[in-house]
Amino acid sequence: MCRPAVFGMNLALCILHIEPYGTSEAQAYEWYRHMITSTPFDDLIPLFRDLHFEAVREWKAAHPGRPIVGIFPVWAPAEIVHAAGALPICLFGAGDLLDIEYADARMQSFLCSISRSTLELGLRGKLDFLDGMIFTSLCDVARNLSGVWERNFPDQWVIYLHWPENVQSPHAMRYMRAELTRLQTGLEQLTGTPLSTEQLHRSIHLYNENRRLLRALYAFKQRHPHRLSTYELYILARAGSVLPVERHNAILQNALHTVESRTTRPKDRIRVLLDGSFCEQPPLEFIWAIEEAGCYILDDDFLLGNRYLLEDVPTDGDPLDAIARTYLRHATPSAIRYDGPQQRAATFLAKARQLRVDGVIFAYAKFCDPAQFDFIILKRHLEDAGIPYLILEFEEKMTVFEQIRSQVETFVESILFYA
Amino acid sequence: MQDHLQFQGWGRRQQKGLLKAWWQRLERAPETGTPVAYLFISGAVEELLRAFGYEIALPEVTALNCAIRQASIEYILRAEDIGYSQDVCGYVKNDIGLLLSGNRSPMGKLPPPSLLVCNYSGCTTYIKWFEALAEFYHAPLFILDVPYLRTTGVLASDIDYIVGQLHELIDLCERQTGRPFDEARLRTILAHARAAEDRWVQVLETARHTPAPFDAYFEAVYFMAPIYILRGLPETVEYYDGLLRELTERIEHGIGPVPEERFRVVIEGPPPWPALRDFWDMFKQWGAVCVASTYSKVGGLWDASGVRHDPERPLESIAEYAIHCYVNWGLHHRRQLLLEYYTQYRADAIVIHSVKSCRSFAAGEADFREMFVKEMGIPTLFIESDLVDPRYFQKAQMKNRIDAFFESLEHRQLVHG
Repeated sequence: MCRPAVFGMNLALCILHIEPYGTSEAQAYEWYRHMITSTPFDDLIPLFRDLHFEAVREWKAAHPGRPIVGIFPVWAPAEIVHAAGALPICLFGAGDLLDIEYADARMQSFLCSISRSTLELGLRGKLDFLDGMIFTSLCDVARNLSGVWERNFPDQWVIYLHWPENVQSPHAMRYMRAELTRLQTGLEQLTGTPLSTEQLHRSIHLYNENRRLLRALYAFKQRHPHRLSTYELYILARAGSVLPVERHNAILQNALHTVESRTTRPKDRIRVLLDGSFCEQPPLEFIWAIEEAGCYILDDDFLLGNRYLLEDVPTDGDPLDAIARTYLRHATPSAIRYDGPQQRAATFLAKARQLRVDGVIFAYAKFCDPAQFDFIILKRHLEDAGIPYLILEFEEKMTVFEQIRSQVETFVESILFYA
Repeated sequence: MQDHLQFQGWGRRQQKGLLKAWWQRLERAPETGTPVAYLFISGAVEELLRAFGYEIALPEVTALNCAIRQASIEYILRAEDIGYSQDVCGYVKNDIGLLLSGNRSPMGKLPPPSLLVCNYSGCTTYIKWFEALAEFYHAPLFILDVPYLRTTGVLASDIDYIVGQLHELIDLCERQTGRPFDEARLRTILAHARAAEDRWVQVLETARHTPAPFDAYFEAVYFMAPIYILRGLPETVEYYDGLLRELTERIEHGIGPVPEERFRVVIEGPPPWPALRDFWDMFKQWGAVCVASTYSKVGGLWDASGVRHDPERPLESIAEYAIHCYVNWGLHHRRQLLLEYYTQYRADAIVIHSVKSCRSFAAGEADFREMFVKEMGIPTLFIESDLVDPRYFQKAQMKNRIDAFFESLEHRQLVHG
């Protein structure tokens, strides 16, 4: 019974650390992209692999006078930003597309890539369209980055939101509402217009729709893992980071139709649950390599902010109360919140069992504290439950994926043939 | 020559005695049936727990003591053996490694927690740390969420939220200890805390003298122990009275931590505990004295914020205190504080010791340097190592950096006077 767990342990000890290439990322990337099979959603990739943020600039040109507000992961209520008439965009660093030249002097080298490359984007003027930035309390680095951002971009409106960490406290609701009010007031000052309840309800409705569509795609994926790859799912979800929600909803709706009509046949792959990528995102090729090595990723925490709220935010009554209540009662259990004693491990195991996974892949960014700490607790419970796991540490700028692939292949073989 | 000095060395000796007695109480807790609460330094609500008769254990203090005694690496490696990453906080790994080694620390045997109170003030790792302890010890965990100081002043909603949670903590302590909440007792404890805080601020401010009577970093780390570990006890008030006598005597006799004070510096960041002595020597060699530090304010900014525990406003004052701990201050406030120290304490330079373990302290410290050097023209030394993991302290390299900095500072003083 304990054999898979033991095997998992052995593999887990071989933590991969791949040094990023200093140069020629573009070439390496192009070479690897060449190997990746095309998908019907490839047109969306340039939207977010674009350091000029053309899609965002186009929106700005078409909506003169309306602000653009950046959100640093993981979650902030984009619906409030949207209701204010602004375009909320989610910033996920610069991936492998930018060398760090200026951010080094501000955020040290032992901090995660996303904090450094997002700052680099700003310092290089790539985000000159931004009118504001929202940071939240997911970890100390994101929090301190807000203070660095404030000093380096004095013309932007920068807000730091401390979400309640004691979500079980009966006092958390009132506190959270005050925090949301601070956000709303800041946005009203930015736009010079007060926000109405109707505007908020309209935006909440659109974002509920967005979350519903993403949930539907994930549900489809879980029913038919062979008909929709996580690589595709990721592209679909990530496109939303730079698009207005209305447009993103249409894309997701179409995608759902596309995949529902597929007749792909299942392959001999293992079913895995992936955890640890809720903030910094691995390269696209990383996701592709895991799947190609023989995994169906049944669920993941990529771009978690998009799906952070698990239920619709009610669109009757006070909108801020509704957002606060949904956040406190119906958010995804994850490394960035404490839901009560043993909850994290219990919900994680329950999910693993419900999805009938063969194994778990911990894919976390180098220097990501919340993910690395959670791993310790989760792995203990996985070992007790006899569920094997694999650790893959990534960095934004990694450009070699063959080792990842062979690491996953070994893991897959251990489960398919020896478990 | 100095045989007329009565009080020299008292502060260090007395501190040792107080901590020894504290460890003895901790060691005996299981047999005396005293409940033990684990807490963190930043925003510690120890007064409230003392009112219920808890003995206080502070894992951060355990970790730094292990590091000073060169024991931390053994525990860190033990924690890494079970999967902790090399990149995460060394304090946590020290603590987990110690636990896995049967909790026999060089200071004494650490009792298991009856209650884990995660006073989350300024450090997200605190939550992860106590989540792990709750898992390993099967002990109840209470999260006391202290919002970050992210606006100009403290928000009323933050105080309401903290006070509300303190009421929940009181309920929990009543249930666990079977003792009703004794507000009069809390008031007495808070009065002791306040008296000690007043005196501690006086201690810190003696460093405004030239020469500074004590090193506000290398000596402050010893002198600060009672205010953080034993706050609320009458002996802590007496301790600071005694320490003030020692420092007053030093001022009267022009005594300082170095024979000749040549450079006055402000230091940001925690010390490299495993190499504390070596690190201090590198500064002493240049006649450099720290006149104000931020690390000595991790558990309370009584000097800069003016807050005090207040028997008349028990829970509100605990809430205010918990917000005003150094790493719970937004970077804007931290930058301003460093600049105020630089001016008020007439410093010649700012030294930033950035540690890998503590992102809460470190993330963005490089940006401080950027601002101090490029915008304000303040000589600033930026060095990196770790607070607990000896693998990150490169002695020769560190010494080179420090020597080069003071050489150029010396040159600058010669040129500019």
